[in-house]
Amino acid sequence: MVTNPTGSFDLENVSVAYGSETAVAGVSMHIVPQSVTALIGPSGCGKSTLLRCLNRMNDELGNVKVEGSIRFDGLDIMDNRLLDPVDLRRRVGQVFQKPNPFPMSIYDNVAYGPKTHGTRAKAELDAVVEQALKRAALWNEVKDQLKKHAFELSGGQQQRLCIARALATMPEVLLMDEPASALDPISSQQIEDTIAELKKSVTIVIVTHNMQQAARISDRTAFMLRESMDRPAGLIEIGDTRVMFTNPGDKRTESYITGRFG
Amino acid sequence: MSEPRNTTRPSIGRPGISRAAEGLAKTIIIISGWTAIALLGAIAAYLFIESRSAISEVGLWSMISGELWYPTSKTAQYGFLPSETGTLWVAIVALMLCVPVGVASAVYISEFADKRIKDVYKSVIEFMAGIPSVVLGLIGLSLLAPWVRTTFGLDTGLTAFAAGLMVGVMCLPTIISIAEDALHAVPSELRMGSLALGNTRWQTTYRVTIPAASSGIFAAIMLGMGRAIGETMVVLMLAGNSGIIPNTPFLPARTLPGTIAGELGEVVRGGQHYSVLFAMGLVLFMVTFVINLAADSVLERQRRRWRR
Amino acid sequence: MSRSSRARKAEALAKTLLGMAALLALSAALGFIGYIFYRGAGYVDWAFLTQAPRKFMTEGGIYPVIVGTVYLTVWTALFALPVGIMAGIYLSEYAPRTVTTRIMRLAIANMAGVPSIVYGLFGVALFVIQMGFNRSIVAGALTLACMTLPVIITSTEEALRQIPTDLRHASLALGATKLRTIRKVILPVAGPGIITGSILGLSRAAGETAPILFTAVAFFAPIASGPLDETMALPYHLYIMATQSTKPAPNMVWGTAFVLVAGISMLNVVVAIWRSAQRRKIRW
Repeated sequence: MVTNPTGSFDLENVSVAYGSETAVAGVSMHIVPQSVTALIGPSGCGKSTLLRCLNRMNDELGNVKVEGSIRFDGLDIMDNRLLDPVDLRRRVGQVFQKPNPFPMSIYDNVAYGPKTHGTRAKAELDAVVEQALKRAALWNEVKDQLKKHAFELSGGQQQRLCIARALATMPEVLLMDEPASALDPISSQQIEDTIAELKKSVTIVIVTHNMQQAARISDRTAFMLRESMDRPAGLIEIGDTRVMFTNPGDKRTESYITGRFG
Repeated sequence: MSEPRNTTRPSIGRPGISRAAEGLAKTIIIISGWTAIALLGAIAAYLFIESRSAISEVGLWSMISGELWYPTSKTAQYGFLPSETGTLWVAIVALMLCVPVGVASAVYISEFADKRIKDVYKSVIEFMAGIPSVVLGLIGLSLLAPWVRTTFGLDTGLTAFAAGLMVGVMCLPTIISIAEDALHAVPSELRMGSLALGNTRWQTTYRVTIPAASSGIFAAIMLGMGRAIGETMVVLMLAGNSGIIPNTPFLPARTLPGTIAGELGEVVRGGQHYSVLFAMGLVLFMVTFVINLAADSVLERQRRRWRR
Repeated sequence: MSRSSRARKAEALAKTLLGMAALLALSAALGFIGYIFYRGAGYVDWAFLTQAPRKFMTEGGIYPVIVGTVYLTVWTALFALPVGIMAGIYLSEYAPRTVTTRIMRLAIANMAGVPSIVYGLFGVALFVIQMGFNRSIVAGALTLACMTLPVIITSTEEALRQIPTDLRHASLALGATKLRTIRKVILPVAGPGIITGSILGLSRAAGETAPILFTAVAFFAPIASGPLDETMALPYHLYIMATQSTKPAPNMVWGTAFVLVAGISMLNVVVAIWRSAQRRKIRW
């Protein structure tokens, strides 16, 4: 059952194990399309692990087992026959904590995804690259130097390049794993502005340990916690960001948000 | 701003051909991963197959312990002892040269030299490892053998001693680079801890760093020994290739690799002498195999120790 | 005398002795190269490089010998590079951390320590006799390839390990398959390292004598017309000229040694320069 707008996730009783150790257990949540969902919680609470479930990047870490049901617009993403991870990842892009552009030109970085998925015509690629760079708010800075090596950009520009690179495959969802934590405050602000603009067209799930940032940019917030080292982490609650930050339903959320731990 | 979504997206699913190509490439890559094991097994197997007739006709133990090497006389004698003794002398002389010099050099560049000197030094040593052994043999013939003859008042300079010195030089790069790696792997906090207690750099080096790296240095020496035992061209050109058992390193000698290299070209393919030379190769292979295995397991243990 | 000043003296003494050892090793390396250049350079001219030997190898040049070594090395590369690079890719990108891969690594490390003459015996048994290649460039190159394989595998794996995991994940997260990630992102970055290591390995193979002694070379052979012919080669030529000929002609002996060492040195230097230029281009 696919409805418009697209880009929703439904998680039901999801757990993740590294080898024999269960890291995250029993997470159920709905991710609303074309909104920003922030995953917050102290470090080690499984935010990034849960994020990687959504594009099956845990598969690449080896020895990681994901259980439960994850539906992307109603489609079970754990079933390779329904949705190959390759197709899933084209539709669910990811931006990493540290900027990680490929060691090639700006243009080639952005064109990498479309080329991977079969776009060959030069004119078409040019258009996709321009559009992606515009959406990532980088176009004006680099439009005259697309052949420049990506490593010559500043850290903030590199991260926006990575956003553009992810946008170039026209994903419905963008996963962001602390995308601004390695950047200076001004670059960080630019990334936040970009996110605010992007949520009109894509669903964004962002992991952050910066609660002000979560409060500023997200529509909904999920709070995760690992209460003791011998128990797996879990979801404490998820809800409207304004409500979560002003009137949380759970004591533990309140303590975390008011800075009593974490 | 225009809505890009849902417009240019191609249909879901990759073509079967690209999946098949991916699978094929992966299979080939996995098979390649097995080649080293397969080759090592094949080497052992072929050495064994070709030496089977020698083992059944002459006997492995009587070859290994036989004192006489007269492979071409009417009642042929196939004793390995002359070659084994020669190999031992060459290795002993080589190790006496390359262990002190090699380990000391490694300590110097790892603990006392600054980074630029270290980089240059390492590339020169790597370059030294690339000098063909036949060239070192030639230099030995023209410089080392005459020097050994006159200095020690011998009839000939072509002795286990001369070969051992040159083989020792050949083993230097192996020992230096592996020992240096071992010293480099010692966490700098250990050194800092000792220096902070008021120890000098040298006290720190011999009390803390060298003991911490000792297993790696030991492995370096083992690998150097493996090279010394297996080196062929230098001993073929410098050791003198006498058939008798040498009582001192200052006599002409032959080694296991030297004997194989010197005689395989003259034997009848498939004959007894041919098979005996393969048996000699099998012995050589097994000895170096054990040495390399031991050295590698020592290195692996050390790697694991510092990984945390 | 105070304890600390004694310690300082001991340090100075130790440093001097260690430094002398290091200098000894260094001067052996440089001295040998210098000696070969000193003895051989005078014999090498254009004619020496481009003419065939004459008068029972006492005059003329070593052109067919050089060509023989080039043939052997190129064929060695053809056999060893694809397998070696793929094996390196397997170990770095695909291999799970299991006992099996531990044994694989052990086998590779061990192969590097197998004496060259043992490879020669193996080559005789498998390539010369069993496969019926006789003494030929193919048989010799296959033998050399077996010997060079561990070097190529190790340097490939090391070059691949230098690449940050994030880069792989970036490509995979864009929906690229593992193979495409390797082809388009990993190999272009690791290429210089792989090529450098491989060329150094091949340059060692070019200088080896024992493995080709019974598998490929002849005292005299015309320039090979195909890979199944036997050939002359620089290291073997040098060995024969220095030890077996009744009247070693100094031009042949030292000239050949010079060409061999100069060739290998040039390869090393060119590769080193190229690599540092590549390194400057890509920096994390």
